[in-house]
Amino acid sequence: MNTLDHVVQMRSISKRFPGVIANDQVDFDLRKGEVHALLGENGAGKSTLMNVLAGLYRAESGSIFVQDKQVNFGSPREAIDAGIGMVHQHFMLVPSQSVTENILLGLTEPRFRMRLPEFNKKVAVLAEQYGLHVDPEAKIWQLSVGEQQRVEILKMLYRGADVLIMDEPTAVLAPTEISELFNTLRSMTEQGKSIVFISHKLQEVMEISDRVTVLQKGKVTSSGINTKDVSRADLAHLMVGREVIFRVEKKAVQAGETVLDVKDLKAFNDKGIQSLDGVSLNVREGEIVGLAGVAGNGQNELAEALAGLREVTEGSISVNEKDVTNKPVKLGIRHGISLIPADRTHVGTAPNLSVTDNVIMKNYDQSPISKGWRVISSEADSYASDLKEAYDIIVPSIDTSVRLLSGGNLQKVILAREISSEPKFMIAVQPTRGLDVGAIEGVQKLLLSQRESGAAILLISEELEELLTLSDRIYVIYEGEIMGEISDGDINKIGEMMTGTPLELIEAEGVK
Amino acid sequence: MADFSSKSTSGWKFPFRIKIENRVDNPPRWLSPVLSLAAVVVALLIGALVIWLGGGKPWAAYTHIAKYSLGSVGVLSDTMVKAIPLMLVGLACSIAFRMKLWNIGAEGQFYLGAFGASLVVLLPILPMEAPKWQFILVTALFGMILGAAWGFIPGFLKARYNVNEIISTLMMNYIAIEWNNYFIYGVWSESGFQMSRMFQRNAWLPRLSDLAKRWPFFGGLTTHFGLVLAIVAAIILWLVLSKSKWGYEIRLIGDNPRAAEYAGISIKKNIVLVMMVSGALAGLAGMSEIMGVVHRFQGAISPGYGYTGIIIAWLAKLNPLAVILASILFGALILAGREVQPAGIPTLIQGVIMVALIASDFFYRNRVSITRQVED
Repeated sequence: MNTLDHVVQMRSISKRFPGVIANDQVDFDLRKGEVHALLGENGAGKSTLMNVLAGLYRAESGSIFVQDKQVNFGSPREAIDAGIGMVHQHFMLVPSQSVTENILLGLTEPRFRMRLPEFNKKVAVLAEQYGLHVDPEAKIWQLSVGEQQRVEILKMLYRGADVLIMDEPTAVLAPTEISELFNTLRSMTEQGKSIVFISHKLQEVMEISDRVTVLQKGKVTSSGINTKDVSRADLAHLMVGREVIFRVEKKAVQAGETVLDVKDLKAFNDKGIQSLDGVSLNVREGEIVGLAGVAGNGQNELAEALAGLREVTEGSISVNEKDVTNKPVKLGIRHGISLIPADRTHVGTAPNLSVTDNVIMKNYDQSPISKGWRVISSEADSYASDLKEAYDIIVPSIDTSVRLLSGGNLQKVILAREISSEPKFMIAVQPTRGLDVGAIEGVQKLLLSQRESGAAILLISEELEELLTLSDRIYVIYEGEIMGEISDGDINKIGEMMTGTPLELIEAEGVK
Repeated sequence: MADFSSKSTSGWKFPFRIKIENRVDNPPRWLSPVLSLAAVVVALLIGALVIWLGGGKPWAAYTHIAKYSLGSVGVLSDTMVKAIPLMLVGLACSIAFRMKLWNIGAEGQFYLGAFGASLVVLLPILPMEAPKWQFILVTALFGMILGAAWGFIPGFLKARYNVNEIISTLMMNYIAIEWNNYFIYGVWSESGFQMSRMFQRNAWLPRLSDLAKRWPFFGGLTTHFGLVLAIVAAIILWLVLSKSKWGYEIRLIGDNPRAAEYAGISIKKNIVLVMMVSGALAGLAGMSEIMGVVHRFQGAISPGYGYTGIIIAWLAKLNPLAVILASILFGALILAGREVQPAGIPTLIQGVIMVALIASDFFYRNRVSITRQVED
């Protein structure tokens, strides 16, 4: 190996999981001081490849060279000792401890007495060096998601990482935080660090990376090309192997009567913090209304409150002029309220139960599935078979546990259940998150067909593109308050509102 | 996924490799009962090893156990007597465990059930000479009510204040024993002995031997009416768990409480209800033991039935009908085990069954295959 500027070289890496080849003979190299984007759809094998590099997985075959020395990491600790650190999508921080304590966790120094003031200073200096602004004495739970991410980065830098793997770092960030993160990444590369940037978002890859490697279904479709030499459309093509349809067909539908009417809604989150602070909005028949906002600004609480899963402290919710504020969940279901929850595995389904048991969740106590005290299993089975056909759920049998289903199929199970109840009002929270392009299209078409058949839909999403594609109107929520409502799809205004500027203020300042 | 293929530096390679993979499909239907059976076999083998190490003869010991628990109608009947309370507490544990509600308080609920049944005779709630059927009905009712009440307390605490039911039910066991002792030592003590008077015969649960006048074949058989109660309870519970709306709710809550909540099912209500039904079943076990075997109110009526019920519930994979079979096996072990050794081996086998059951879960979750090592 003579290429001096290569800090990492991975050669013919293969990694299998039961039933899938996550990486198939993948080559990857990283030069000193670059941001190298690893692009691909969900399930393309990006994270797997980097988990191999970070010592979390062992590849079945292939070799890895770090600074021209062959390595074989058995654990993340060995990887970090070789200067490779990974910042995962889900942070691994102890919420009740301070930033410094989290950074020192697992290190041999300090040995016994914590000597926190001394280490606080060290952390502050390091943070200053890379422009990672965070208070070393703050407790993790007090920090925003963006700040927590900085702590994760600091953790790796403190351990002497020269190569930083960022696994979809922007997924949880607000637009302003994203640009701050990008500044940090640039300052790190200037100081000689090398960065692997895992993403499936084209515009971010175009913006931040020097080179890009594209994975598709575990195989490299393009290796280390210069970002400035390719177009966004090229990358999209490399990523999915076909032209991406950026727009699904949306028919004109005349919005009808108001179905959902929310007035001045207030509620607390699980930690007892006010997370909805006077939300008012409405959704009409045949309308998809988007709710934009950075994760954690009250969207989940709103969805739960609307479905009757969260207690409302003030305000009112009515559906078709029936008051459903703080009414039992079942009453809401009977009034035609349907929720597609963000968390498919922890809320939307019972993983160890069969497809049948999962699709009858909302009507197991209704005729014809139930008679008297019984659940008629033949009725339940035929109902499940019908849905399996109609929604093209790919599963060996309706008796299969749903935990064995792929994300897209699991979402189909949920959609089949929710749509077949013929809801009058549907709340869809992140309905396409984590799905591949084909599945996304399917889900979006289903939502649109619901709209055409006259349902009122509230679409809560962090994907602006999706909101713009599907919605007739868009509300923006920030810290539990509605910043404004937009029907012309002005992405700049949405962006500003997402960071906390009310629409009136934006309009008062005038168009720049 | 793990790979235990040997990495040899020399030319020789271990000819087989064991491959362990997470199951990506539903395990076959036969696997679960086979694993339960295997757990018992493994436990017996380990028991045999221990007997052999202790200088005993495993085969002789086991044939002795088999002979003195299942070998004749007489001992089979005695085995059944031991199995009856196990069946009922096994059912009690099964329904709670289905909802992942870890009721380990069946022991205490058993004691309270015994207390409830005794109330009927000793308070008295029914007159001395009331007919037998009235005694069966009312003692069963009181046994179940008191057991349910003992289950209600930890159920309510969990539903309302999120108190860990493992700890509360366990603690409630000690309270239950002392509660009974108060009445045994004080209130109903018969001339200073730590037991109540013997119940009058018409309060006893009918036994097979009661039929001996007409059919001499049943002479001396002690199996009592509790067996009917246990089997009826098992069938009802099976219907409830696998065929009813409530059974579906319990299954859903057991697998994913948040999904159940989202489907509009009240978790709190079901926690209390399931704990009460579980307590009622354990209470019924206490009632049948007092009215069918002991015939007086006294202490030490359970050699840990409530805890054995936990093992039985798992061995039966929480299937009420399988609980009957598992209880008979354990009844045999408890009865004839004493013939071999008062403590020790029989208890050891029970314990090892539990450990083997937990370990067998590994095979349920993973697919293990042994393949010939391929030359590269």
